[in-house]
Parts: sequence; structure tokens; C-alpha cells
Amino acid sequence: MKFAIQINEGPYTHEASDSAYQFTKAALESGHEIMRVFFYHDGVNNGTRLTTPPQDDRHVVNNWADLAKENDLDLVLCVAAAQRRGIADADESKRNGKDADNIQEGFRISGLGQLIEAGIEADRLLVFGD
Amino acid sequence: MSEGTTKQFLYVNRKAPHGTVYALESLEVVLIGAAFEQDVRLAFMDDGVFQIMKGQDTTGIGSKNFAPTYKALGDYDVNKIYVEKESLDERGLTEDDLMPLTYEDEDDDWAEKPSIKIVSRAEMADLIDSSDVMFNF
Repeated sequence: MKFAIQINEGPYTHEASDSAYQFTKAALESGHEIMRVFFYHDGVNNGTRLTTPPQDDRHVVNNWADLAKENDLDLVLCVAAAQRRGIADADESKRNGKDADNIQEGFRISGLGQLIEAGIEADRLLVFGD
Repeated sequence: MSEGTTKQFLYVNRKAPHGTVYALESLEVVLIGAAFEQDVRLAFMDDGVFQIMKGQDTTGIGSKNFAPTYKALGDYDVNKIYVEKESLDERGLTEDDLMPLTYEDEDDDWAEKPSIKIVSRAEMADLIDSSDVMFNF
């Protein structure tokens, strides 16, 4: 089956991203396709490379990045949500006159159209959050 | 994107308009999604019914008052808006407390018609059941 995933909550405060990660991993291992993972609301905070959890805890951001690398996943941060919350890639940073970017490699920033498109193209869209 | 695919999209709004960002960012998805020519329906239930209440004023809390944007939904061809009766009842609200959201019907000489339909909890369940894609905010 072709799944799309939407994650609406940031890391660590909420388990949504962890649950989505576990689901994505299990789905891939079972031979399903994950056509896109879309991060919305505070979910965009899952895509900053500045995240530094204690060493004895899981690294939510790196988990996603590693999984994406191994499986060629499309990890998309919503641009409007990311701008509000200070998540930027080099282009966004420059465009908005900022002095730094913080996106984790393996993620990309794009528009809400990517979420709608995922809803249209996937067999199932799964939403993780409250 | 696969050309010509039309799905039933249902946006379920369950949270109060202010206090969290979900209502505002849900509305942003609806407005962007309107460009994709899908069959779009909006549902308001639980505290989500407060999102389309008349007379919202956010001056005191310093956040953006995006309530007027709901009135533009008709212009985006988003004109199937379902409000759950039980959610209104539980909060002491009636349809008169809601903004009169309307659209112009191009098949009826652009007559202005109401977009809001009050439905029961059971009818809401049917709406959810008949949707292909459901966003829950």
C-alpha cells in the first residue's frame, strides 16, 4: 500500500513523531511504500539539525534523517509553519534576511500543496498528533 | 500528480480558534487545498464550533483574528460546511451564534446560498465514513 504520513507535533514534548517513525519503519519493512512524510504545525521542529538530546535518549531528528537516507524518503517541512517557528534552509534563510539556517540534511522545505498532493496520491494518509 | 483524480476531502476542526494554532493552520491548508479541485467538505465539532462564531475579537490576547477569512471560503468554492448539532447544544450555542457563511451558486444565477448545514452526530459519522482523505485538526 502507498502511505503518506503527516506529523503535527514537535519532538520530545509529544510522542507523535516517534509513533510516526515506528509506523514508517514497520511499513517499509513490510514492503509498503511511504510516498511522503509531511511535517506541519510544531512538527516542523523535527527537522532542525541543532537538536541535541541527552546521549541516553533517542535522537528523533537523526532517526528520521537516517531512515530517509536508507529508504530514499521524502521528508517535507511546511514552509509557512517553518517560517513561523524559525526553521530554515539556506535559500529560506537568505530570502528572509537571516544569518543562519538550521535544517537537517534529508529534509526539504516546501508548500502545503505537497500535503494535498500526498492526500490525493496516497492510498492512505495517516495523521500523527492530537 | 495523477491527472483527473478527485477525492472526497474532509477537514475536521475540533479545537477552539485561539489558545493553539491548529484552527488557523487548518484554515491555511483548506485555502491552499482549494486550488486542487477536489471535493472539499469542512466539519466543525467539539470546541471547533467556536471557530465560526460571530463577533470574535482577539484584541485582548494579541493574536491574529482570522475569523473573517472563513467568510471568503465561498469564493474558494468551499461551500459544504457541516456543523455538529450536539456540539452546539453542549456549548449552549445555536446556528444564530455562527457567522452566516455563504456562497454564490453559479448553477442558479449566482444566487447567494448558505454554506453551513447543521448535522447530527450520526450524520457526521456518515460524512467521515464517506470521505477518502480526512484531515483532523
